[in-house]
Amino acid sequence: MTQAQGLPLWEVFVRSRRGLSHIHVGSLHAADWEMAVQNARDLYTRRSEGVSIWVVAATDIHASDPDDRGPLFDPPGDKVYRHPTFYQVPEDLKL
Amino acid sequence: MEQMGDGSREEAFQSRIDAEVRIEPRDWMPQRYRSTLVRQIAQHAHSEIIGMQPEGNWITRAPSLRRKAILLAKVQDEAGHGLYLYAAAETLGVEREALVEMLQTGRQKYSSIFNYPTLSWADVGAIGWLVDGAAITNQLALTHTSYGPYARAMVRICREESFHQRQGFELLWQLSHGTAAQHQMAQDSIDRWWWPSLMMFGPPDQASPNTAQSMRWGIKRVSNDELRQRFVDMTVPQARALGLSLPDPDLRWNESTGRHDFGPIDWEEFQRVVAGDGPCNAERLRCRRQAHQEGEWVREAARSWAARHAPTRSEVA
Repeated sequence: MTQAQGLPLWEVFVRSRRGLSHIHVGSLHAADWEMAVQNARDLYTRRSEGVSIWVVAATDIHASDPDDRGPLFDPPGDKVYRHPTFYQVPEDLKL
Repeated sequence: MEQMGDGSREEAFQSRIDAEVRIEPRDWMPQRYRSTLVRQIAQHAHSEIIGMQPEGNWITRAPSLRRKAILLAKVQDEAGHGLYLYAAAETLGVEREALVEMLQTGRQKYSSIFNYPTLSWADVGAIGWLVDGAAITNQLALTHTSYGPYARAMVRICREESFHQRQGFELLWQLSHGTAAQHQMAQDSIDRWWWPSLMMFGPPDQASPNTAQSMRWGIKRVSNDELRQRFVDMTVPQARALGLSLPDPDLRWNESTGRHDFGPIDWEEFQRVVAGDGPCNAERLRCRRQAHQEGEWVREAARSWAARHAPTRSEVA
């Protein structure tokens, strides 16, 4: 059996309806972006799940390191004054 | 960054699982967690792909345009489910080509249920009602599995599977309430598919050596025997509604447990079919290899087109 050369991997994002963001739904293989969009239509929107599709070559995605969770995301943790609940206001006021 | 040894990493990993926090692709994970998942997800994906064959067998002979359209949509869904699962497996660092290769050379398995033949039109109904019913029971539990991409694929699949089960039930209901010959065809089909469907949940708990570790890792959330029991309890009243009987003289309601007792399963048959000696094992793999080979020119053409026309870009919406 011949070992097929793999087609590139694409990450797929679908906007389920106007007014909402595209959301990551999964991935698929395709030779180019046009084939990726067509395959994404067949694979991820068989029941009207979307009105728009983005495909991104998986190799073009750069991500934060999961082990960096602490250092990368901690700083806002001590900036409680960024949240409205930090502030004291009279209880009978709608503010 | 602080470097942790594998021991303390494994402890941190386990405590995350115990706290019901999902594991995501780039998280550190024990090698055996990864390999267990690859094997399980791949086997699940292969089952969806091979599962297209027994039903695909009836597409050209569906008795009406309505039934044909339903069956086409269902078989297309199975392809989609296979692809969701391959995509989930690939997040663990295994290549699609490697998975396809392992299926086609028999190094990875698929569900043994698909090694049974579809001898009559009623079998399309029995597969939807019983086989997909059993699959849904298993997959609903897996929506809570600890690995994020697998759990998300399960949610999507479960949403789509309920149509599969209902169309099967409806098909059998029509046959059961049709002519005497149609009723008999439906009953014969149930008689053949009932026991293999119960085997789909895998060996009994005491003979399932990997279950304990899989449970500890949150990969498996419910044991084989418990899932099987849930399926039986769910199916018995449905069979009654269909006016068809389940081929088990020991099947009866147990007042004290509040569940159904059922007869012994022929695990020797199960082992035989898993080992490759089922009615259709060779045929299923032969078809899969042939379809893959016959599609090679399409993949080649797509690659060649992409190489000549790269790189163009579309506008972002």
